[in-house]
Amino acid sequence: MAIIKRYRFFLITCTAFLLLWIINQELGRKALLVTGYSLKEMILIIPPIFILLGLLDVWVPRETMMTYMGDHSGIKGVFLAFFIGSAAAGPLYGAFPIAAVFMKKGVKFSNVLIFIGAWSTTKIPMFLFELSSLGARFAVTRLLVDIPGIFLMATFLSKQLSKNEIQSLYAKAETL
Amino acid sequence: MNISLYIITLLLLGASAWRDKMKTKKALKKAWKAFENILPQFLGVIVLVGLMMAIFDAEFISKLIGDQSGPLGVVLSALVGSITLIPGFIAFPTAAILLSNGAGYTQIAAFVSSLMMVGVMTLPIEIQYFGKKMAFSRNLLAFLFSFLVALIVGKVAGGLWL
Repeated sequence: MAIIKRYRFFLITCTAFLLLWIINQELGRKALLVTGYSLKEMILIIPPIFILLGLLDVWVPRETMMTYMGDHSGIKGVFLAFFIGSAAAGPLYGAFPIAAVFMKKGVKFSNVLIFIGAWSTTKIPMFLFELSSLGARFAVTRLLVDIPGIFLMATFLSKQLSKNEIQSLYAKAETL
Repeated sequence: MNISLYIITLLLLGASAWRDKMKTKKALKKAWKAFENILPQFLGVIVLVGLMMAIFDAEFISKLIGDQSGPLGVVLSALVGSITLIPGFIAFPTAAILLSNGAGYTQIAAFVSSLMMVGVMTLPIEIQYFGKKMAFSRNLLAFLFSFLVALIVGKVAGGLWL
């Protein structure tokens, strides 16, 4: 039963997929194609990310992470969070497990959010690609608006949660 | 990009095993546990993305964004960007084609920004790590922020400002 509960969401999506297939085979085939593609992307990108965070978890002491990115890390932590997020590769869902390890290691919550923000939108390889596709005016302006936006949103969002709520998120990260 | 990620991972893994076999084993165990933990959400999201993308394919997105102009078009573009999940190497060229077909910079900026920052379909994964409250707030705020991005990028890239 526990397994069914854990995979409930997956089972629902599979049922929806079967329904789509019955109603419209062409769309069903297309959905299968996209799912196959995402699965491939996941299989390619997920193992290195999880291995890296396993290594990070084992080798980097909590104290070290706290010095560089913890509550009293100041501007240093902000820059590091931003830089690590921007240097990343892969879709946004790859950032969440890393964020969990950051929380486990005592990284300040607003820095975790800066990391997520940077990963979502200022990734360096993506920026270069945007530059060539949509032009410098578009890409550079977006980057210049996004950078302060990431900091402002991280600050605002971390104030949305109470100390207790943040603590329970951190406690949950320990178990993930 | 994938290759460099693999090279870095293998180098670090090798260095770790060379320094301490036990610790490396522990790291791999932790990696597996973390992966196994989120696997149900990942699988669900992947099928969901397949379903949505079968309907919201590039052609459909082009129709939606390309024909619409004005504030309604911007809202529509941001909504489409929020619920779709397209890798950048497909999204940017698609956006470039939309532009050359006459879509406005404001609409395209709203689409690109929300595409990257808002993830409606990956919410089940995000909730698992950040809880409902944070996940919803972050996505809502990022959605609203996309309109600011759209406004500024639209004016600058469209040559109205600067």
